[in-house]
Amino acid sequence: MDNKEVILHVDHMTKCFGDLKVLDDVSFDVHKGEFLCIVGPTGCGKTTFLNCITGLYDLTDGQILVNNEPVDTKKHNIAYIFQEYSTMSWLTVEQNVAFGLKMKKKSAGEIKEAVAEVLEMVGLTKYKDYYPVELSTSMLQRVVIARAFAVKPDILLMDEPYGQLDVELRFRLEDELLKIWEKLGTTVIFITHNIEEAVYLSENILVLTNKPTSIKQKLSNTLARPRSVVDPDFIEVRNKVTELIKWW
Amino acid sequence: MKKKRNYLWILSVLSIVIFVGIWWICCDVLKLTSSSTLPGPVTIVRTFIEKLSSPAPDGATLPEHIFSSLQISLGGWIMGVVIGTPLGIFMAWYKKVDLFARPLFDLIRPVPGLAWIPLMILLFGIGLTPKIVTVFLSAFVPCVLNSYTGIRQTKDVHLWVGQTFGASDTQMLLYIAIPTALPMIMTGVRVALGAAWTCIVAAEMLASTKGLGYMIQQARGIYRPDIIICGMIAIGAIGAVFSGVLSLIENKIVKGVRRDG
Ligand SMILES: Nc1ncnc2c1ncn2[C@@H]1O[C@H](COP(=O)(O)OP(=O)(O)OP(=O)(O)O)[C@@H](O)[C@H]1O
Ligand SMILES: [Mg+2]
Repeated sequence: MDNKEVILHVDHMTKCFGDLKVLDDVSFDVHKGEFLCIVGPTGCGKTTFLNCITGLYDLTDGQILVNNEPVDTKKHNIAYIFQEYSTMSWLTVEQNVAFGLKMKKKSAGEIKEAVAEVLEMVGLTKYKDYYPVELSTSMLQRVVIARAFAVKPDILLMDEPYGQLDVELRFRLEDELLKIWEKLGTTVIFITHNIEEAVYLSENILVLTNKPTSIKQKLSNTLARPRSVVDPDFIEVRNKVTELIKWW
Repeated sequence: MKKKRNYLWILSVLSIVIFVGIWWICCDVLKLTSSSTLPGPVTIVRTFIEKLSSPAPDGATLPEHIFSSLQISLGGWIMGVVIGTPLGIFMAWYKKVDLFARPLFDLIRPVPGLAWIPLMILLFGIGLTPKIVTVFLSAFVPCVLNSYTGIRQTKDVHLWVGQTFGASDTQMLLYIAIPTALPMIMTGVRVALGAAWTCIVAAEMLASTKGLGYMIQQARGIYRPDIIICGMIAIGAIGAVFSGVLSLIENKIVKGVRRDG
């Protein structure tokens, strides 16, 4: 792991909202192609964490480096799947998925090809001309995922993307995500409060403390894939992470 | 679904039919009023047909009056939309534009359109110009207000999506904020047309030589309620056509909203 190229370097990241200190001196590295899960208590600052990494929020202290340069979304190819629903109601599924590519001023031909490919991947080809009001929640979530993958991001940030979905769909989308990750070699930072999900997906798990949030531990998860949630080894890792968190 | 819609459509027609029916029974059948105070629908239809080609008693035929009113109201309205909408958008998006334009706009906003007339007459006489300017001011205000409010409704998360994909400020305005605001902008455009139409008729009552408002005012002077009512019906009908046409346009360009019925 250490011999791999570092894509994201978080250096003494600190974030305060007025007097409220949310992130307290967080430092870690993410290597290229890593699948990192971040788990932590509700309201501990996970969303703030990602907003800082992407430069949506200014840091109170510290810095974020992507490929050794301060993060700049105009230069770095980053996609962020927000915790809230973020499809755009005035665009069709196809146009929503094309949105990132359009902002990056890709050619029409390139956009068309990439969009068709990811729509197929998330199984929405049939629905490409639908508007978001006509879709179910889980389909909306897949539109957002497709939009993120369409730009073939170097870093993909996901903030509890499957939190609102039913279990069956969650399992399916988790497997889809793993397939895409393996295929494209994208670096994924995935936030969840579901420990099982974190153990199922991750190569590494970052466990956060309560507010003011810092890193409790970074542990690597070397379980063989495909993983099974009933496998004794899996349960052991899960219990270990649970033990580490114990925020209740 | 289809059946239900037809049925509802009949309901809407019914209200007009019943209204005209009662009016007809009261005036033409029972003769409850004298025709010099409130004429019945039969008289109105007759006057209407006559007025289509006869310039008596006010100097112009009904189509001429309508054309004159339309010219001014549409002219002022288009100016209001073309200037007001971008101003509202820029005020909402660029802080500096807001700081610069807001004090002046806040002063203009509470002044009713018609209150401009006396000043406009002094400045420009009673020709086209004072009326177009007055109509413009009435149409301008709702356009600014609605586009401003619409842009302000842009969701943070949408802007963040744009930002993380590296969109420029202009791209975010064009592809996120303006589409978000579009329904509000269209409402503003429609309200503005209503305001423009109301305003022109009222303006013509005060100072004019032609137009529907002028025709009504003249008819009042010579006790011709039938002409007054003809004028009112023309005003109402044209206003309804305006709003219908704009609704159609709105349905065409505002995408992805839930529509009932
Ligand atoms: N823009 C903001 N201004 C002020 N305070 C904020 C802001 N954003 C977040 N906070 C505060 O920071 C803390 C962490 O919020 P955040 O949304 O990052 O938590 P979270 O871990 O993502 O929560 P959840 O599990 O509910 O998603 C909260 O106490 C919240 O009140
Ligand atoms: Mg959150």
